[in-house]
Amino acid sequence: MTDIAPQLEQEARSQWWDVWDQFKSHKGAMMGGGFLIFITAAVLLGPYVWTLDPQKLDIRAKDIRPIYTFLWENGAKVSWGHPLGTDNLGRDTMAKLMAGGQVSMAVGWTAMLLSIFLGTAIGVVAGYFKRFDGLLMRLTDLFLALPLLPLLLVIMLLFRDALRQAVGPEGGIFILVVIGIGITSWMQTARIVRGDVLALKEREFILAAKSIGTSSGKMITRHLLPNVLSPIMVSATLGLANAIITESALSFLGLGFPSDFPTWGKLLFDATDRMELYPERVIWPGLCISLTVLSVNYIGDGLRDALDPRIRGR
Amino acid sequence: MLNYTIRRLLFAIPTLVFISLVIFLLLQLAPGDPMAQVPLTVPAEVKQKMREALGLGQPIHIQYWKWLVQFFWVEPLHLFDYFFSTGYSDGMQRVISWQTRSPVMDIVAQRMPQTLWVVGMSYVLGIMIALPLGIISAYKQYSVFDQVGTFISMVGFSVPTFFTGVLLIVIFSVKLHWFPSIYDTTHVVNDWDSFVFQLKQMLMPVSVLALYNAAQIGRFMRASMLDNLNQDYVRTARAKGLSEKVVVLVHVLRNSMIPVVTVIALGVPQVFGGAIITEQVFKVNGLGQLLITAIQANDLPMVQTLTFIFAILIVLFNLIADVLYGVLDPRIRYD
Repeated sequence: MTDIAPQLEQEARSQWWDVWDQFKSHKGAMMGGGFLIFITAAVLLGPYVWTLDPQKLDIRAKDIRPIYTFLWENGAKVSWGHPLGTDNLGRDTMAKLMAGGQVSMAVGWTAMLLSIFLGTAIGVVAGYFKRFDGLLMRLTDLFLALPLLPLLLVIMLLFRDALRQAVGPEGGIFILVVIGIGITSWMQTARIVRGDVLALKEREFILAAKSIGTSSGKMITRHLLPNVLSPIMVSATLGLANAIITESALSFLGLGFPSDFPTWGKLLFDATDRMELYPERVIWPGLCISLTVLSVNYIGDGLRDALDPRIRGR
Repeated sequence: MLNYTIRRLLFAIPTLVFISLVIFLLLQLAPGDPMAQVPLTVPAEVKQKMREALGLGQPIHIQYWKWLVQFFWVEPLHLFDYFFSTGYSDGMQRVISWQTRSPVMDIVAQRMPQTLWVVGMSYVLGIMIALPLGIISAYKQYSVFDQVGTFISMVGFSVPTFFTGVLLIVIFSVKLHWFPSIYDTTHVVNDWDSFVFQLKQMLMPVSVLALYNAAQIGRFMRASMLDNLNQDYVRTARAKGLSEKVVVLVHVLRNSMIPVVTVIALGVPQVFGGAIITEQVFKVNGLGQLLITAIQANDLPMVQTLTFIFAILIVLFNLIADVLYGVLDPRIRYD
């Protein structure tokens, strides 16, 4: 009689706690999560702490090396005012990294959300409504057969100037990059979601919901979407990593963001001309991109394990 | 199987036509004018004539049709003439680049060897690293080797090639002076020293791409081996008293290779796409670099042709992957 109460308390636990417990046991994912929080906080809150203007030119303080260069090069031009050094126009590298990171992360998240939204919508519609299935899946196949990077480059070339004039230099290129990445990366999500929806449709609870007269809209939002959430979350992490890499690749090829509105990829590209003398200007943005993508991929790995009930039980 | 292959080939035709239409229509929107670099002293009517000579100014559907004819009929015919020294394509208009005013396909043929050497070599090397890595990682799951291997493949998968490439240049060309940072395409191999130089200049671009490819294929190989290692037939094979080597390298490996082979086939066109960046980093004078310069110079016929070649590669290797899957796995029947 007395030991029933604690048992009941234990049962009041949603499955998300189990997911979290499994996720916690994945060391790489925890470290990845920690780093992602750190870098997001650094680019968002950093500018309030490190108040130097990333665009401010200071010709007298140009070409300052990072502070650690002092360790092996005695006469190096270093300054505590610019711990990571400055570029050839005297702009502070740390401030530029924070500003660039904001843009890179914003592009990554927005493009990922767009691609997940498109993929989920197309996948659910194709899986749920039989008459759209053939058409939408042929469309997906066609998109998968397109050479995406060359086409993205071409899209950048064609619409860059038009959009810059219409929306302004910063907004225009942002919209273009986000839409470009979004519409070229939804296909895998759509395929996975469609497959899962097709399998779910055969289950009894869907039949039960149908037999009490649930409408299609309610059916999708109430019964199907919550059940395909796991694969969507995993492909969201892959999508975020992919979006950050694609954006920086575009900027690196000179067809992304302009130099006066740089992202990590653009900072890296601008620095390659003088990397013999100032390798740190290449290495810091590169490290930011690589570590962010690495941590996102680790989170994806951890999530995949945590959301898989077969693994979670062990 | 043959039936299926033929059906897929037939289905590839509308796909390719649709893709060519997408590419063509997209490029029709381009604001660039091929006469932009012609001197201002040239009168307007002469410029108009020059435009017409390039096939511009005609209705869109006629331009599209002419391009299709040029790409699918004139260019293959020209290739035939070249190999058998016949004259079927004499007097036919080929696809002309606006940059160089020479046939696009000639330039592509010039650039192809560089890309094939660097990219092809890196893909082969990547596969040669990935397969043993994946097999040992899966067989010794959670061992130190597996942990290190998984970490390295995660890094290779996450770090973009333009950063690994630049990092290698900083370390090995700038600091250590071991390898040249720029790939010299005019270099001719005719003796031992020039061969060594060729190896040296290929080492960095090849290893950058190989790391990336090995990371992707290695992950698949490991996952596929893990799937198979716990199957019942493996226990049966062990129970029969087969040696561990035979069990892993014959029974498990052959079954695990089925999905991996298709992944390898699917990756080939992606390698060409990914090579755009690596070629740009190391200044390799290949197809990817050709595409970037053509985009920057607004050379639409070149961009159109190259993008379409990439699309053909993707469709072709998708087909090869699907057919291979059916050939390798008798459980899969397409009919």
